[in-house]
Parts: sequence; structure tokens; C-alpha cells
Amino acid sequence: MTTIPLEHVLILASILFFIGFIGVIARKNTLFILMSLEVMLNATGVAFIGAGSVWQQADGQIMFMLILTLAAAEVAIGLALLIRMQHQYRQLDIDVLSELKGDQG
Amino acid sequence: MSFSPLITMFYLAALIAVIASIKVVTRKNTVHALLYLVVSLIAVAVCFYLMGAPFAAGLEVIVYAGAILVLFVFAIMLFGLREDETHYAPQNRGFSGWIGPVCLSVILLIELVYTINHQGIQQQLLATVVDAKRVGILLYGPYLLAVEIASFLLLTGLVAAYHFAKTTNHGGPA
Repeated sequence: MTTIPLEHVLILASILFFIGFIGVIARKNTLFILMSLEVMLNATGVAFIGAGSVWQQADGQIMFMLILTLAAAEVAIGLALLIRMQHQYRQLDIDVLSELKGDQG
Repeated sequence: MSFSPLITMFYLAALIAVIASIKVVTRKNTVHALLYLVVSLIAVAVCFYLMGAPFAAGLEVIVYAGAILVLFVFAIMLFGLREDETHYAPQNRGFSGWIGPVCLSVILLIELVYTINHQGIQQQLLATVVDAKRVGILLYGPYLLAVEIASFLLLTGLVAAYHFAKTTNHGGPA
């Protein structure tokens, strides 16, 4: 039996996920978008750990470890892309990438 | 409803995590946001510990706060954000940069010490803990294929990060 109700864990996970989502949507700086993505991945980890804690199974922690692996790979590639962006455009504003649309010459 | 000490500790850690996360997405200065991100991850690790997953809490501190955030710090040092990012930030006003994360961290420390010293919480945690042994048995039994795929993912991340981050003067506009 667990002592922390699952609803409250899920509420915490939802709040953290929503904060990260707002960060991804609202910020212009690509570095902050990456950090907000970390917050979102962390919130999903909270949900998995909470579920695994309620049912007393270790599967939730395994899912969390897979999320951790995903976050590490994502941050490595994302930061490498950001370094390229800084080299090419001398800034990290997401709006300079709008020329990826391709129809602007 | 009556709050047990365990649930009160969980709410306190959750509140710290939420506050720190809000600060992460609203700061102007990148390094300040990174400090708050560390505090948020450690608060979530305390939540994991109180939920009966000490192995996940350790991994959170070691991998997230220890490795991924160091990656962020290296990237920020590479970017040289002095000229464009901190230009818009307010001037350094003494305590203002680090007093917030320090306060949240001190609250977390007090909470951790209280949790370790409290007998009732420890007995409750011992009844509900899912230890690392069960995780390891599952991880190298039914989830072996997932572990292999995760290793491929990490290798792909390594190769891709090297490929993107190296400075090439040929092939494409540099």
C-alpha cells in the first residue's frame, strides 16, 4: 500500500508538464526551449514513478530509466544543433530558423 | 483528512519543484534558469524517494542533475552568452542571482534531514519501497531488448552530437 495518493502524484506531474509546455510554446530562446523539454520529460518520469509506486511494481522505474536515456540523447543532439546554430546565425532565437520553410529564397 | 508527515514532506517537495520549474521558464538569464532547473530536479528526486523509489531518486540526481545539467553548463560556456543574452538581463544586484535557489535548496536539505531522522516516515517508506534489486532483475530479464535499444539510442546520440558539433569548413554554408 502506498501512502501518497495517486491523484496527487498525477496532479504534480500535470502541473510540471504544463509548466514545461508553456515554456516550450512561449520562449524564443532555443536553450530555454530545451530546458523546458527537460521539465516536461521529468514530469512524465514523475507520472511513471507514481504509478509504479502505487502498484508496487518495478516497471515504472524501468520506464523512468528509459526516459532518462532518451533525455540524455536528446540533450546531446539538441545542444550540438544549438552549437551549429550559434556558429551560423550568432544567436539562439528560434525565429531565425523560419527560413527552413524554404519558400523565402 | 489528516496529513501524515510523509504526505506533508511530499507536498513540500512538490511545491518546491513547481516553484523552481516556473522560475526556469520565466528567467531572463540562462545561468539563473539553469540553477533553478537543478533545484527542480533535486526536489523531484526527493519526491521519488518519498514515493518509495530510492533507486530512481539516485538516478535522477546522478544522471539528470549531475550529467545532463553539466552538459547544459558546457554548452552555455561554449555559446559565450555574455554579449547577447545577459545584455538584456538586469544588472547583478548582489544576492539577487542566487538567493532564490539557495533558499529552496536549504528547505530541501532541512526536509531531507527531517525525513531521515523521522522514525514513522522511515517505517512507512520501508513498507512501500521498490528496491534496486527488483528493478535490475526486470531490467536484465523481460526488458533486455529495451536496454539494447536504449544503448543504440545513446550510441546514435553520441555519433550525431559529434557530427553536428564539429566545425566543418566544407560541405554547406558555414
